[in-house]
Amino acid sequence: MTLNTYGTTLPGLPPGRLNGKLIVVEGADGSGRSTEVALLKEWLEVQGHAVVDTGLRRSTLVSEEIDRAKQGHTLGATTMALLYAADFGDQLENKIVPALSAGSTVLADRYIYTLMARAIVRGASREWARRLYAFAFIPDLVVFLDARPEILLHRAIGKYGSLDYWESGMDLSLSRDLFESFFLYQEKLAAEFEWMSRDYGFHFVDANRRPDQVDAEVRALVEPLYQPGHRRAGLPRLPRRVPPSTPAGPAASG
Amino acid sequence: MNHEVPSPKHGYPGRLFVFEGLDGSGKSTQAALLAKWLAAQGYRVFQTEWNSSELVSNTIRRGKKKGLLTPTTFSLLHATDFADRFDRRILPPLRAGYVVVCDRYSFTAFVRDSARGCDPEWVRTIYSFAPPPDVAFYFRVPVRVTLQRKIASRLKINYYEAGMDMGLSDDLHDSYERFQGRLKREYDRIAVQDRMTVIDSTRPVEKIQAELRETVRPVLAGFPTMETLMHDA
Repeated sequence: MTLNTYGTTLPGLPPGRLNGKLIVVEGADGSGRSTEVALLKEWLEVQGHAVVDTGLRRSTLVSEEIDRAKQGHTLGATTMALLYAADFGDQLENKIVPALSAGSTVLADRYIYTLMARAIVRGASREWARRLYAFAFIPDLVVFLDARPEILLHRAIGKYGSLDYWESGMDLSLSRDLFESFFLYQEKLAAEFEWMSRDYGFHFVDANRRPDQVDAEVRALVEPLYQPGHRRAGLPRLPRRVPPSTPAGPAASG
Repeated sequence: MNHEVPSPKHGYPGRLFVFEGLDGSGKSTQAALLAKWLAAQGYRVFQTEWNSSELVSNTIRRGKKKGLLTPTTFSLLHATDFADRFDRRILPPLRAGYVVVCDRYSFTAFVRDSARGCDPEWVRTIYSFAPPPDVAFYFRVPVRVTLQRKIASRLKINYYEAGMDMGLSDDLHDSYERFQGRLKREYDRIAVQDRMTVIDSTRPVEKIQAELRETVRPVLAGFPTMETLMHDA
């Protein structure tokens, strides 16, 4: 059985079926995503599955441009959203597709949902973001690690000793105070993940717990994917109507 | 009354004239002539073109070397570039009330990406940030004419322009004719869909320019020139 996309074609793909599994782990910075991805990878490999892990912004195609833009803060919101989409497309076609066609399990540390949420809170319309990423494959499973903002804050400080400018949404000018901006930004992102969770079928996992507890619950979700006779769900019910958000197109940034 | 009336097409105080067509269709020559004439009439004019920027050309060069580019990433990279140009070069003068003369606009992407196999509707969604222009000229010309012009001016045919990435033919000229033929069919199709003003570009330069001026004149009726703006102030 092969994978479907969220509605549009992906031209120029080599022929052949994509037999691997695509598992996505989503969640904010500090939700324990990387830890869970590492644990899950280890466990799947012990089970005998070949695993390729992938994250956002690791492709070689445009990462330089993204870094430069972040340093200079020079590109508008629409431009950045498209640059991220190009980078994601590159990873999808040059990393995820080859792995899936080789029958490997692809473990994605974040996927289009984070990219969509970031674009939307920066002014893109939900409809535009949803259609932009219609070329992405529908994963077999999307796990969303759900942690309270206070927990995220503690983990971020524990990890970096401070808050990251971008993860705090400081470019949005929500507040000049880094901490306040962090909370406001996470709140806005959470609102986007909320409607996405319904339309894209997220499995929420309570990530306010210890890593082993989180991992046990994630394993229970992953295990059935490998049971003989497991059928990949076809096209999910695509949202007929996306909840409205401001402007019709993406933000007229400038 | 010389107040700026917002354009019925896009709502900005400026006016947007877009020039589309195959490479070698004569659209750039005509755009430059029209801009010159508009400035001579006293309008505030801003001329801009959409050619590969550093961002796109560097990335494309890198991608080509590694064989990484697919129609989807190719399309998204161009969209990134256009969004940046739109923010910097098109939207500000449009908001400031200029007549913006644009050599290539989103239609170029519709045509090129569709010819590469992308879903036309997907491409249009991506470019929905670009508002409809006041007039979109399509310079219609047979592919062999553009090829003759290229050869005559000793311009090199580049890899992507010839659609060599599509594997249509191993021969550069042959591939160019086939790919440009696809682009032309797409232009012919969207010219109807998007109600573009089709210009028969096989005619002499002067004839075409006269036709363009006739077309834009009514669009600019009542649109303030520099002089009227100064008297107003």
